Amino acid sequence: MSDNPVLFGLYVPPHPHPLLAPDQNKGWGELRAAYDECRQRIEESEADVIIVYSTTWPSIVGHQFQVQPEPEWVHVDDDFHFLGSMPYKFKMDVEFGNAYRDAAESRGLHSRTVAYHGFPIDTGSVVALSLLNPDNRIPACIISSNMYANRAETIVLGKAARDALKAQGKKAVIVAVSSLSNRMFTKHVDPVDDRIHSAKDEEWNRKILEFFEAGRLEDLSQLSRDIHGQIRVQKVVAYKPAWWMAATMGQHNNYDGEVLAYAALHGSGGAVIQLTPSKGSVGDKEFDEDDVDIYRGDRNVLVTASGDMHAPGGVDGPLVEAERPDEEWRNPVEVMDDLYDEYGSTVISHATGALSAAAGVAIAGPVGGVAASIVAKKTVGKMMSKDGAIIAEDAPSAVGAYPHARRVGNLLFISGVGPRSPVDNKIPGGPIEDENGKPQVYDIEAQTEACIENIRIILEACDAKLSNVIDVTTFLVDMKRDFDGYNKVYAKHFEEIQATRTTLAIQALPTPIAVEMKVIAKAP
Amino acid sequence: MTKGEIVLGCLAPHPPHLVYAENPDENEPVSEGGWETLRWGYARLARKLKTIEYDAVVILTPHWQTYIGTHFLGCDSFKSLSVDPIFPNLFRYHYNLKVDVELSEKMCEIAGEAGIITKMMRNPDFRVDYGTITSCHLLNPDWDKPIVTVSSNRNRHYYSVEVMNEQAQALGHACRKAIEESGKRVVLIASHSLSHRHFTTEAPLPEDMSREHIYNHSQYVWDMKVIDLMRDGKMQEFIDLMPEFTEQTIAETEGGGLTWMMAAMGMPNYPAEIYGYQSVIGTGNVVACWDPNEVTRELVL
Repeated sequence: MSDNPVLFGLYVPPHPHPLLAPDQNKGWGELRAAYDECRQRIEESEADVIIVYSTTWPSIVGHQFQVQPEPEWVHVDDDFHFLGSMPYKFKMDVEFGNAYRDAAESRGLHSRTVAYHGFPIDTGSVVALSLLNPDNRIPACIISSNMYANRAETIVLGKAARDALKAQGKKAVIVAVSSLSNRMFTKHVDPVDDRIHSAKDEEWNRKILEFFEAGRLEDLSQLSRDIHGQIRVQKVVAYKPAWWMAATMGQHNNYDGEVLAYAALHGSGGAVIQLTPSKGSVGDKEFDEDDVDIYRGDRNVLVTASGDMHAPGGVDGPLVEAERPDEEWRNPVEVMDDLYDEYGSTVISHATGALSAAAGVAIAGPVGGVAASIVAKKTVGKMMSKDGAIIAEDAPSAVGAYPHARRVGNLLFISGVGPRSPVDNKIPGGPIEDENGKPQVYDIEAQTEACIENIRIILEACDAKLSNVIDVTTFLVDMKRDFDGYNKVYAKHFEEIQATRTTLAIQALPTPIAVEMKVIAKAP
Repeated sequence: MTKGEIVLGCLAPHPPHLVYAENPDENEPVSEGGWETLRWGYARLARKLKTIEYDAVVILTPHWQTYIGTHFLGCDSFKSLSVDPIFPNLFRYHYNLKVDVELSEKMCEIAGEAGIITKMMRNPDFRVDYGTITSCHLLNPDWDKPIVTVSSNRNRHYYSVEVMNEQAQALGHACRKAIEESGKRVVLIASHSLSHRHFTTEAPLPEDMSREHIYNHSQYVWDMKVIDLMRDGKMQEFIDLMPEFTEQTIAETEGGGLTWMMAAMGMPNYPAEIYGYQSVIGTGNVVACWDPNEVTRELVL
């Protein structure tokens, strides 16, 4: 038996016409017949749950998961209210909905469940579940399409569905509810006169259907941005259903594709399509875009400790007034100016650390602009100091084109260094996530110890010691979880040295480590 | 028949947070308050409204979105539960409202004659949008006047903000004509915020005012610019600027509410009454009104 948790996927239109008015137009009737055929196939499958991703359920505060056990209402569409009402009573897989929410959060998505009587389930979900699962033989899970989500969030949302299915040992039929082209007529049209809005939309729809029929779902996923630009209204950020569907089904092109019906729905393109995983393939996907396992976006805008790019102290935010010492505070611009005069342009690349050292403040995004303006202002002909880059052979190798340290005048600027062991490249205390992006339990104290040890190694390569350090900048990926542990180890090594210090919460580091530190030290 | 008239125009934002903060009997969730600046401003405007004689409220809301023309409520009454799809934790409101179907049909008819695509909404199961409920509750919590909700046509998604601005003005002129022919005294409501960049996460306690602030400074600057235009009675200038304002602040003005109302009121060149400005989950909101009657018009803020 296959270990693929998705038995097959369906792509269906959200419009109410196949449900409420299948007899009014030949194409609407064909869509209805295709819906009915899919209903029968679902009934004959071994699915434990039907997962519905509907583009007509836009959410704003993260993604939402319907977990009301038996939502019941009489729904009326905003535009097509004249076609009639849609009474419904669905059965939700509450356990799976909660598990999916948890899996989404574990992958970095802001997520929440909704379980309120009268919650307005969207037209697309109502139509799809009413036609595909009219007797509630299989419990369902409905998830929203976040209005502002782009590719990364949507791919991760799909992967989270697989996580939850695997964790619960369930098999699913997944349903993406969406039009193809979604431009409708802006006038009332007689049902018999319905057609795709334009020749351009028709051509794109046909091309998309070719891909579906060939089982090229991942290729469609890769083409989503083009599709959005060509045949989707621009209000919503992107054409997302192919992203979600591809990620949920395993990100490949190995499917038997079947287009059961295709017709116009008040000008937009409606299609009922089935994709069943198979061994055949038209070829490897191209991977035009990076894959993503954990979402590390800026959804956390209200949390100043992490991910708030615009908060005081954040990357794009102002300086933190509270952290400015009352005495001897200097304007960062002046400090930068002086440093340039003394040391040349090298200091610009170390703006954060240098400014922290000299001004004793947390440095934020505007420093980049300050630095650039000063560089432009100063004479280019200024010469660098005779001192230069230093490679510490006993330290862990750099992960980019930079030296471990650079001496400038009587200062040593040490590049940010993490806890990786210089011996075997392993991470003491364990990585924060495995190679598949799954979060791991790690020891921040062990990582901090290793970090400081690596600094010591680099300083020794510069003929300096830890006691030469005058300023430390630390980057933590999880301030809330790790600050205490890091602070404890830090105190053990630096309490007597009394270097100035800045600790920043950041979203990610280049390798799966929780802490990175960079220092400025007095050269011997 | 006496010629009908617009007796007041209100810009009345509809964040459900404001109803949630008030704890009215109709709303299920319970809060510890919040957003007082806006709520107190709303309360003051509601008191002014009590001093005005009017027959009906006509409200254009961006949360009844239609792509096929403009729709008008067409049943005598609606009684149901309104649950906000974005903030169901804050807004689950039991409403029972009356509709001025006669006025609604008149506006639909005259707008249609003006070449605007229109439709009466006569499905009794239809759920009235939460924008209508929120704005009307805050302005008239007694619900003792009939309303007409006008849908927000979203052709802007197909065309441009400029085209929508033109269409909304045409609808405003048609509605004014319908009101005048109806012989009724009508209060107009444009139900929306100003800048609409909002946070995509919610504070653990939604009414925690220590977490509330405008999304960013540029949104605030835009809000203040257009509020200054309101104060100065330069509504034509604001409407001309509307496309840029809408694009820059991702504003709900794209639904045409304020443009529609200003066109219906003949582009007021007198100062608006400003009752309060505050952010709600990062969006900029102002409670304001335009009073055509010089005797009762006042400088509030």
